[in-house]
Amino acid sequence: MAASGAPAIVLRGINKHFGPVHANREVSLTVPAGTIHGIVGENGAGKSTLMSILYGFYQADSGEIEVAGEARRIASPEDAIKAGIGMVHQHFMLVDVFTVLENILLGAEGGPLLAGGLAAARAEVERLERDYGLEVDPDAVVGELPVGLRQRVELLKALYRGAGILILDEPTGVLTPQEADRLFEILRSMRERGVTIILITHKLREIMAITDNVSVMRAGEIVAERATAETTREELAELMVGRPVLLRVEKTAARPAEVVLQARDLTVIDDKGVVRVDHVDFTLRAGEIVGIAGVSGNGQSELLEALSGIRPLDGGELVVHGTTITPERPRDAHHMRALNLAHVPEDRQRMGLVPAFQAWESAILGYQDDPQYTGPVFLKIGAIVGDTTAKMARFDVRPAEPLLGSANFSGGNQQKLVLAREIERQPEILLVGQPTRGVDIGAIEFIHRRLIEMRDGCCGVLLVSVELDEILSLSDRILVMFEGRIVGEVPGAEADARTIGLMMANAMPDEATVAADG
Amino acid sequence: MAEYYLLAVLTLDATIRVSTPLILAALAGLVVERSGVIDIGLEGKMLAAAFAAAAAASLTGSVWLGLLAGVVVSVLLALLHGFACITHRGNQIVSGVAINIVVAGLTVLLGISWFERGGQTPPLPNSARFNAITFPGAEAVAEVPILGALYAELVSGHNILVYLAFLAVPAVWWLVYRTRFGLRLRATGENPAAVDTAGISVVRMRYLALVLCGILCGIAGSYLSTGHGAGFLRDMTAGKGFIALAAMIFGKWRPVPVLFACLLFGFLDAVAIRLQGVEVPLLGEVPVQFVQALPYILTVVVLAGFIGQAIAPRASGLPYVKEH
Repeated sequence: MAASGAPAIVLRGINKHFGPVHANREVSLTVPAGTIHGIVGENGAGKSTLMSILYGFYQADSGEIEVAGEARRIASPEDAIKAGIGMVHQHFMLVDVFTVLENILLGAEGGPLLAGGLAAARAEVERLERDYGLEVDPDAVVGELPVGLRQRVELLKALYRGAGILILDEPTGVLTPQEADRLFEILRSMRERGVTIILITHKLREIMAITDNVSVMRAGEIVAERATAETTREELAELMVGRPVLLRVEKTAARPAEVVLQARDLTVIDDKGVVRVDHVDFTLRAGEIVGIAGVSGNGQSELLEALSGIRPLDGGELVVHGTTITPERPRDAHHMRALNLAHVPEDRQRMGLVPAFQAWESAILGYQDDPQYTGPVFLKIGAIVGDTTAKMARFDVRPAEPLLGSANFSGGNQQKLVLAREIERQPEILLVGQPTRGVDIGAIEFIHRRLIEMRDGCCGVLLVSVELDEILSLSDRILVMFEGRIVGEVPGAEADARTIGLMMANAMPDEATVAADG
Repeated sequence: MAEYYLLAVLTLDATIRVSTPLILAALAGLVVERSGVIDIGLEGKMLAAAFAAAAAASLTGSVWLGLLAGVVVSVLLALLHGFACITHRGNQIVSGVAINIVVAGLTVLLGISWFERGGQTPPLPNSARFNAITFPGAEAVAEVPILGALYAELVSGHNILVYLAFLAVPAVWWLVYRTRFGLRLRATGENPAAVDTAGISVVRMRYLALVLCGILCGIAGSYLSTGHGAGFLRDMTAGKGFIALAAMIFGKWRPVPVLFACLLFGFLDAVAIRLQGVEVPLLGEVPVQFVQALPYILTVVVLAGFIGQAIAPRASGLPYVKEH
């Protein structure tokens, strides 16, 4: 483990360019041994680049790295591993068809034949599991494990290689709040045993909960360093964005009106025959935001696609404005739009826009037949470009260049463009999936305000998000999905992260589960 | 009865001889696809090796130098494939097809200019071929009913490359499932990013797999011109590389099932030869073309998913690009 006294990591004057982009600018960072050090910053602030340099994926253009008091040249992950650095990536680096043990062994086999290594690894992994409370079956096939356990495999992998310094990149993105708490317990027990941990995240709550020190990055630079005990979420958010930010969404009480969308017994089965949405009932009223919480992959995506007409129903019915949609009488996405229903899809790269299109083309997707945009044969390009320019101004899309390729906008600006397209039609029903995934704090604030405005303008908003904070701060009612079913409903004003988190893991005691359809 | 028995044994004997290049080439494909590289150029590598082996054996009189030449040429072509689609991340299908086309033309061109025999190499004398090895006692027991014929015809009496091909099956199985190299190989084909983060070079793993693929294809091709045949004929692989690919998919990228798939295809081929001009009871004369087409028909049926799903290594066909 880390040498006595010397800091675990010292970075001095790290610079990294990608073409014209200065991703890391004179970054210097000291991480004392045996501490948990947070690095926060918006998307594109350079935190992942910096950690990739430390782990040997990238070479810095200039700068020095010291590990445990020793100058090191880290040219590859192999060098990083040798220096005692382990990394748990946001997207797990596991082989799904391998067992836990085989995954742990990969790259640290301990000899040309597997037999000896497997036996030694089994003993060592059992010891690590005991010491750190990382229970996982070494013979389970990784692809069949839930994400929380897969993350433990990643931790075991690093520990098995004797990592005294562990980098975690957005480790809680895929976890329920309970799983995240469990992870933090594990990280604390690692710290007690002298492991140094670097935690990259954009969730300020986590920084406050677990780190000892925190560095804030903005535009490739470290703009501030704080002892966690001496700072606040508000201060960190302001440092990240460079201006004061409203973390709480300000909103008045909802005034729900008539029912605009009703789902009864809705069932969706996917191509593989798996029931994704399992007899779901709920209503959406004008003038309210209904949030659907759940760990990613519990049927929210399929529900959203079914409601928007992308995916056919396999059972039940959907009533929209008096029009009843059943498996026998399906409606496609185009028809659903005609019912004044707008949809901001979860995955904007894949479904929200066409990356290869110019912005003005992406800005009319789904509405291209509108006489405002098209004549009998040709698109009215001039009119569309003008319209897009106006939308970009109203939604603060930067750069306001309708002829620029859609792929060349940042995540936040792409999302604002999609939102502008859907919201400006004044829909009565707005379906929104993951509105702020990969969007920076400044844009999140803007998008949240727009959604509240839509609600106040008497639109019914259905919000699907895996960000529990987002659900909690926007929703007037919260539905929790687990394995395709709605397992609970909580009024927004009474909701707290703990209760919702338990429901997301379907770990609520029965009597506490509020009956659906309240 | 004994007559039919002997016929069956002889057909199986032919099956073994016809299956040998399929087994070697299918194992070559298995190793390389397990690393995530699709190699549609098995055919071309075999053909080039067949030519090189026959040419070298004919010029030097040594079949071992012939084999060496075949393997070297095949490995070089495998490295070319790697240079195009690993180093430069080119399209693996295009690169493989290009190799097939280039080799089909080049072997004939070189054959004509070197040997002036319309693209063939001179016929090889037995001293420059891989000859049948007769096992001890084979002749003595040949007359023993049933078992004698099995031993004398099936087990004994093949050339060394045949035995090598059958030994290659457990060897490849052991390599893939029981060694460090195999673990890394399988991981590279499933999730190269995981291999990279574990501090292992994806590029190196894929090149190593290609070298192995080249060696196996080289042996397969050399067998065709110096073991099975006695000299190179233009286009003598006649689609065996593609049948081997089909057998690899049929066997779901696992050595033992791949062996049986190769034997099945080899058997159909052997039967097709036997059935030429033969009146089959009830059916009459079966068109040979039909039997010859059977392996391909079978492959289509298999690939259409009738015999379970064939799931390729997840990263196969995808160049590895670091992304963070």
